[in-house]
Amino acid sequence: MPAAEDDLKTEKTIAGESLTPFGSCPIPIFDHKRIVLGHGSGGKLTADLIDKIFLPAFRNPTLDKLDDQAVLTIRGVRLAFSTDSFVVTPIFFPGGDIGRLAIHGTVNDLAMSGARPLYLSAAFILEEGLAVDDLSRVVESMRGAAAEAGVQLVTGDTKVVNRGKGDQIFITTTGIGVIDHNISISADHARPGDKIILSGYIGDHGMTIMSQREGLEFEGAIESDCAPLNGLVSAMLATASPTNDFIHTLRDPTRGGVATTLNEIAKHANVGMVLDERTIPVRETVKGACEVLGLDPLYVANEGKLLALVVPEMAGAVLQQMRQHRLGHDAVIIGEVVEDHPGMVLMKTEIGGTRVLDVMFGEQLPRIC
Amino acid sequence: MCLAIPGKVVDTYDQRGLRMAKVQFGGIVREACLEYVPETQVGEYVLVHVGFAISRIDEAEAGRTYQALKDLDQLTELESPVVEEITETDEPSYPAWMNAGDLRR
Amino acid sequence: MKYLDEYRNGDIAAKIVAEMRRVQTRPWVLMEVCGGQTHSIVKNGLDHLLPEGVELVHGPGCPVCVTPLEMIDKAHAIARSPKVIFCSFGDMLRVPGSDGDLFSIKSLGGDVRIVYSPLDCLKIARANPEKHVVFFAIGFETTAPANAMLAWRAREEQVNNLSLLVSHVLVPPALEAILSATGNRVQGFLGPGHVCAVMGYSEYDPISARHRVPIVITGFEPIDILEGTLMTIKQLEEGRATVENQYSRILTRQGNLPAQQLIGKVFGVGDRKWRGIGSIPMSGYHLRDEFSRHDAEKLFDVAEIATLEPEICISGEILRGLKKPHDCPAFGALCTPQHPLGATMVSAEGACAAYYAYGRHLNPQGADKLHQIVPGPVRDDVSVKPREEREYTHAGR
Repeated sequence: MPAAEDDLKTEKTIAGESLTPFGSCPIPIFDHKRIVLGHGSGGKLTADLIDKIFLPAFRNPTLDKLDDQAVLTIRGVRLAFSTDSFVVTPIFFPGGDIGRLAIHGTVNDLAMSGARPLYLSAAFILEEGLAVDDLSRVVESMRGAAAEAGVQLVTGDTKVVNRGKGDQIFITTTGIGVIDHNISISADHARPGDKIILSGYIGDHGMTIMSQREGLEFEGAIESDCAPLNGLVSAMLATASPTNDFIHTLRDPTRGGVATTLNEIAKHANVGMVLDERTIPVRETVKGACEVLGLDPLYVANEGKLLALVVPEMAGAVLQQMRQHRLGHDAVIIGEVVEDHPGMVLMKTEIGGTRVLDVMFGEQLPRIC
Repeated sequence: MCLAIPGKVVDTYDQRGLRMAKVQFGGIVREACLEYVPETQVGEYVLVHVGFAISRIDEAEAGRTYQALKDLDQLTELESPVVEEITETDEPSYPAWMNAGDLRR
Repeated sequence: MKYLDEYRNGDIAAKIVAEMRRVQTRPWVLMEVCGGQTHSIVKNGLDHLLPEGVELVHGPGCPVCVTPLEMIDKAHAIARSPKVIFCSFGDMLRVPGSDGDLFSIKSLGGDVRIVYSPLDCLKIARANPEKHVVFFAIGFETTAPANAMLAWRAREEQVNNLSLLVSHVLVPPALEAILSATGNRVQGFLGPGHVCAVMGYSEYDPISARHRVPIVITGFEPIDILEGTLMTIKQLEEGRATVENQYSRILTRQGNLPAQQLIGKVFGVGDRKWRGIGSIPMSGYHLRDEFSRHDAEKLFDVAEIATLEPEICISGEILRGLKKPHDCPAFGALCTPQHPLGATMVSAEGACAAYYAYGRHLNPQGADKLHQIVPGPVRDDVSVKPREEREYTHAGR
């Protein structure tokens, strides 16, 4: 990485040559010369990066599905395969830490295909100077999280980078799981009529992290909802049903929140969705924090929630099954899939109006106006 | 233009000569500066913008104006039994009041 | 949350709308002045609830939007300096100048920080004595007390490594400019509730009287906006034109006197450029000379930065209520929040950005069915003349 100052100079020269008056810019191939934080937000900028940089290079039928995991059939065995990198500041936060997040994040991505997660790898990038005590705490937390999820960590790697070249600790986990049932769960299986079930309160994780940011601190018992969802998914799949494929789609609404996740599903399956704002559960703490900072909980990250698209005749039974489970206690039906306005998510607002929920644009920023 | 949110003052104190408060918004508490509403007491509601209370909320006035809105239909002899009724039933999808104003066709 | 939840009540909304239908006899064009009100309108879909013929156009009340391009370029030039910690409200980070936004400056190693309260800058300045902290002090009158306090404390406590880049604008001159413009369509205003919480509303009396236009100082929750709209329509129908206060739980005629006092001590009134509109006389605040030590425009060599606005953008007309985002051919295509061409797309509060964020660039086919599931009460005895062409053909109906 070149020194910041050199970089600034380079940019100035580039800018000096290519700067056009603000109004006359053509539609760019890729909007940014450099990566900005928004490219990691899970919103439109991230989608741009994937569509314009990664997909063209790696395109294949499995990747093209853009599910949270790849489902591969190897000698008759159906495997789910997924990877995820974790960067979070601070590394310890109320309700979890980067280690717990790293285990459950990948477990959840696997579980969203209906798979039983089995084995994980973990790769650590450590910044020179990281306290060994902190690393031990993270590792201990990962051990606990793996036990909770019923997975084993079977291989790993460690690298150390110079001080200032990382942010204490980055973790990448990769996992595999087996899809036992004769089921196929994917974003493009969503069908008109499906009920949209949300497993509980939204925005807890994102607002917990936000509350730890410098200058935005607030007091209040907001805790990350970080949790392994494979148990809840098993419970849902165990719902007594005449057919196997009553759950069409499962997604965990992490970055970008519920609104972004539902938009992704709507676009993949080319269906519309209609939500009822009043049914969407938001804690008073999260609501208060969102009001103060001018954020919308529908776009705030979750780490222990799932969205399920379930055939209408089974929705009630699946909901009951979820409510028996610790992580699905507050599950609700928040809307349904419709034929109209394909690719779009509409919401009836609390007051009685209608609003279109679009994909989040970039990083959620506190606003003053 | 200016995001300002009502919150309840739960504590007041002095910080480097500034009158400050802990203000509760829903389930969370944040710090706000009370310099512009110095007479504010614990338990009162203030309107906070970028960390500053810019107004004390007049509880009596709020109650009065809100009641006037609730009574709106009586004042204007416009009955809205349809609205009342459907809100109480267990309509599964979209209760009537959600559409009540939307009469464009 | 008290004072929020009850103002989002659908029953009361329906009553207010029913009352609007009762009193309204002809079409009216109203402007909500504040970006926050625009945001609330589109977020809650309030415009879908209004009776036919009541049209809300969106006003200039977004401080982020109207901050002129050249001021943004000045901010960026300062933020690029390695000695500077540049502090800003979150809203300003994505606003593009001639060359990228504050995020891209951050990505190049600039120390750019989001603050929630201006007072946070004092802490940052004290903690970083070897750096110079610059706060981008933007806003309307609502934010002026907070920004004034920062300047005041910096001087009192001699925090000499702290300065403010001030780009403060005032609402009344903007209303005057809108009403005086040729082709003005606005017949009544939903006035800026939070601006008036600070300044009171007596300064709107002469505007209302001179232009014979009702101004109803209005809050930001859905019920507030609907009630403000109702009050404005009533005035218009009755042929009255006065300043009324819908937001009486929050503000009084005289406003917040201690805040006005400090604003007067710290800021002087002068001409200001508005992005998309141009220079408006006596429409903004500048730091008084006593605060020169803390005036970033005087401390940094940015006087020569002058930037022209793009020509194809119609944001000036949108800000003055002459046009809607849909009227712009670039809206949603060439001009998006990712790639804004002008003032009203640059901030989430801008009319174009709010339209975009709530999907108004899309055309949800079949969305109208939502409103037909259970029709609300219809009154046949009020005849409203339908407009020949609806403004919102793209919106959800």
